[in-house]
Amino acid sequence: MKTSRRKFLKVAGLSAFALAGGMTALAGEAGAQVAPGKYIKREGMLSAKRWAMVIDTRRFTSEADYAPLIAACNKAHNIPDIPGDRNVKWIWTDTFDHVFPDDMNNHLNAAVRAKPYMLLCNHCTNPPCVRVCPTQATYRMEDGIVAMDYHRCIGCRFCMAGCPYGARSFNFIDPRLHLADPVPNPAFPTRMIGVVEKCNFCVERLNEGKLPACVEASDGRLLFGDLEDPNSTVRKALAANYSIRRKPSLGTQPGVYYLI
Amino acid sequence: MLEKLLTGPRCYYVWLLFLCGLIALCGLVYLDQLFNGLGITGMNRDVSWGLYISQFTYFVGVAASAVMLVLPAYFHHYKKFKRMIIFGEFMAVAAVIMCALFIVVDLGQPQRMLNVMLYPTPNSVMFYDMIVLCGYLGLNIVIGWVTLEAELRDTEPPKWVKPLIYLSILWAFSIHTVTAFLYAGIPGRHYWLTAIMAARFLSSAFCSGPAILLLLLFVVRRLTGFDPGREAIRTLATIIVYAMCINVFFYLLELFTAFYSNIPGHMEPIMFLFSGHGGHLAWVSYWMWAAVIMAFASLAILIPPQLRTSRLLPLALLMLVAASWIDKGLGLLIGGFTPNMFEAFTPYMPTLKEIAVALGVYAVGALVLSLLWKIALGVKKEAGHFSD
Amino acid sequence: MYNAKAVIIGIVIFVAIFSSPFWTSWIGQTYQKTGVVLPAGEKTCIEETEFMRAQHMRLLDEWRDQALREENRVYVSALDGRKWVISLQNTCLKCHSNYTEFCEKCHVANSVYPYCWTCHIIPTEGKR
Repeated sequence: MKTSRRKFLKVAGLSAFALAGGMTALAGEAGAQVAPGKYIKREGMLSAKRWAMVIDTRRFTSEADYAPLIAACNKAHNIPDIPGDRNVKWIWTDTFDHVFPDDMNNHLNAAVRAKPYMLLCNHCTNPPCVRVCPTQATYRMEDGIVAMDYHRCIGCRFCMAGCPYGARSFNFIDPRLHLADPVPNPAFPTRMIGVVEKCNFCVERLNEGKLPACVEASDGRLLFGDLEDPNSTVRKALAANYSIRRKPSLGTQPGVYYLI
Repeated sequence: MLEKLLTGPRCYYVWLLFLCGLIALCGLVYLDQLFNGLGITGMNRDVSWGLYISQFTYFVGVAASAVMLVLPAYFHHYKKFKRMIIFGEFMAVAAVIMCALFIVVDLGQPQRMLNVMLYPTPNSVMFYDMIVLCGYLGLNIVIGWVTLEAELRDTEPPKWVKPLIYLSILWAFSIHTVTAFLYAGIPGRHYWLTAIMAARFLSSAFCSGPAILLLLLFVVRRLTGFDPGREAIRTLATIIVYAMCINVFFYLLELFTAFYSNIPGHMEPIMFLFSGHGGHLAWVSYWMWAAVIMAFASLAILIPPQLRTSRLLPLALLMLVAASWIDKGLGLLIGGFTPNMFEAFTPYMPTLKEIAVALGVYAVGALVLSLLWKIALGVKKEAGHFSD
Repeated sequence: MYNAKAVIIGIVIFVAIFSSPFWTSWIGQTYQKTGVVLPAGEKTCIEETEFMRAQHMRLLDEWRDQALREENRVYVSALDGRKWVISLQNTCLKCHSNYTEFCEKCHVANSVYPYCWTCHIIPTEGKR
């Protein structure tokens, strides 16, 4: 009895050791770079310590004012237009009451209240979506952009529950069913069923040295720049004007500012 | 012990066949969802979790409730529970399997689900939920199987299983606490953002889980003659009453905080659940009011000892289970998502296909439970522990 | 042994089926090349052909993480020092523009069905 137990322990110990060894070998292999070449930053890419956007709402009065911005975004990212309450939205508009629901002022001046406002992902400094994502499919990059890796997303939609701004859309159906053929932008992928998506602050355009598609289409009414740089356009605009952000009390620190 | 599965009356086989057929049928609906996406459900951009996740939440509670038998039996040496403890443990196994399946059917890309382990993310509560559920499943399978085998051989269970049992008691609390944390740590969802969420989950689990166990055991008693024991039923019913009282009390605490503070965000989900929106009752409002009535009716029967021990007990338990299911299996999710992040109202109602998939998961749970309980009943019969 | 006959026959049948990939290949199957058509007018891929053949999937995996998470969007080849913008759709598929003759031929022959194209767009063939 005793010897057999000792034998068992020996075997068990050895196998545990072998298993652990194998695991570390695997981990080591996974950690090492596969490609023999080098990875470098792209020349001419726009970079910042903390990207941020300022929306000059004073210069927008109607849906039509926002339409070209939204169209530019939809085209750049192959965003489908799905009728009903399962649409995919990166940029969209809504009323003041819905965009700033914490502001319960019944006597706000009519011009401000009646106008539509533009919504998009806030690229928060403390993003709840990143906090809850179980696979790091949503992550925050060093330049403040909250980005997504659609390859890794398992479609659990925890991020949609977590986002206090409703900035996330789930692909309930195949988005290609509602896209033109060929797609509007053949240089950018579409998404597939079962993953969540959202605005990416045009990270792919910043890498090419271009400003985000909506900013480019905005005719100077959207400002985009480095929040950490006191001389950037966004910082100057924020210094000179009164600005608000959505749901500031939640502590997420949105990176999208509205000039009122 | 597996040989106990092979013999049984005709109705046993018919029941298994029925469950397998149901699973296959609902599996087809799931295939539809797998290929065509979650568009077959009633969920939408604003109500992004629905029936699946709410059923997951409910059955984590059912799984955790086994502790209401294990704790008195092992911490307080309450011998009367020993005979039916295995049924609680095996019900926990079936419930955890259902939980896992409800998560899988809710995923948009289920073939990638192992990403949760490939890229472990300690800041996500989902990561811990995966760990505690897997652990609890393992614990209950091992403990249940080993103690049952010891009972069959008429020996004491091996010593090493004792620490596992104590661990499983603590673990049971952890699974439902972590499940509550899925909800309670999310900013901006007023109905969920409450420190009492985990406590509410546990209290509702500790009344509804044992109630389901008792109801199922009543069915088993009628079918096989297995008697859980008069005294044991009485004690468990008492536990259920206390847990239900605490459950109702906790909900009333939520109402106080929301309405006395008069903060709109906190009041709106509750107002929507009970009175709908824009002067129209939502479909869920009828269910919520039914839950209120059934909760108090069940308490009215359960609190007086004469009624609790009377023939009305199954009816009371049935109402209690229904009430807690509506609160946690419907109200929790719908209240959390309505009003939405824009303080607007997007309706959600599960579709028939969604209900079919959920029914399939229920059938898998029933199949696992039937097989495990069949083994347990066979062993009890052979060991002579069938009735007093 | 109980039911020795049945058990032994069962084991033999199991072994026969289990090893079928090996012995079926002995009877009359010849090795066939996949017949992939390499892009005309290009001498080398970004790295050695052998490396690309064996490791392209892991390379793409690494490219994706480098580009999306580290913002390293350029790959410098160890073969000739050329710089490539990291993009399956806009770099790889520029040369490997014939999906059916290149990607698909080898993938089908090897019974692998990657689902890159549910999102990435195959050139010249529209969105599908």
